[in-house]
Amino acid sequence: MYAWIWRHLPGPTPVRLLAAAVLVAGIVLLLFSTVFPWAEDSLPFLKVTVDQ
Amino acid sequence: MSHDSPPDYVPPPDYAPPPPVRPRQPARSRRAAPAGAGTARTAVRGTGELLITAGLVLLLFVAYQLVWTNFEAHRAQGGVADQIRDDWQRPPTTPPAGEVQKGPRAVDFGKGFAFMHIPRLGKNYAVPVVQGVGLDDLARGIGHYPRTVMPGHVGNFAVAGHRATHGEPFAYLDKLGKGDLVIVETRTDWFVYRMDRVRIVQPTDTWVIDPVPGKPDARPTQQLITLTTCNPRWASTERLIVFGHLESRQDKADGPPPQLQRRA
Repeated sequence: MYAWIWRHLPGPTPVRLLAAAVLVAGIVLLLFSTVFPWAEDSLPFLKVTVDQ
Repeated sequence: MSHDSPPDYVPPPDYAPPPPVRPRQPARSRRAAPAGAGTARTAVRGTGELLITAGLVLLLFVAYQLVWTNFEAHRAQGGVADQIRDDWQRPPTTPPAGEVQKGPRAVDFGKGFAFMHIPRLGKNYAVPVVQGVGLDDLARGIGHYPRTVMPGHVGNFAVAGHRATHGEPFAYLDKLGKGDLVIVETRTDWFVYRMDRVRIVQPTDTWVIDPVPGKPDARPTQQLITLTTCNPRWASTERLIVFGHLESRQDKADGPPPQLQRRA
């Protein structure tokens, strides 16, 4: 999977490294801003209120 | 067979040693490589990569909870604190002439309206209280159960706060005991509440935020306070509840109560 992604990145190796870093940063940003908050709400951990 | 040449062996004149060959693959794997093995290997490698990726995502989630939410919450709390102080600088909106204001006007969800000071948890402990106990509200401070009364009013002023992650204002709520103070600062008053008892209850025990906890049909006559958070700290199978009652009140204009005097 990662080898496939790497092969399909354009440019010489330094450019590929940069593109890979940007991709990783983008994914982490997506996780932190959207996926993780949603997961946190859905998971039953660390709830602090009393309700039925 | 011995690798030594027989003593009378002479190589032919045009003999040249063969060029060095690359090490051969072990014969075993080459022989046992039928048509589908390449796919199998890719599948195994792909699964391995997926599992490692999943592990990394989980680690990132832990980092998100333990580091990021605290960072964001402290920033959000600062914003809410500013919003509250700004609101208090401006005159309160008055009800239309002739309308008697019997109870507190509903505060918008997410808006801060008070500060909670808990000396036991820190000399300068001052966390904003926001209306509502949704995840968004609790990420910005201590949340007020919206169907309970406002500070200082007869009934049960009930709040909830995170004990881990999201700024964890109630991280050390277990340190609170009978006799400790919780001081609630609103626009017009300082309310000094004295704690009475601590209970561990189930998440469904909503009686703790009743107007008179433990007496479902009673009409409230006292001004009570109830703080709720999860128990144990890193799970939420139970709730940690601290009950208290109003002990004293003074106007904002008279300055902070003596129990809250800050040392220079």
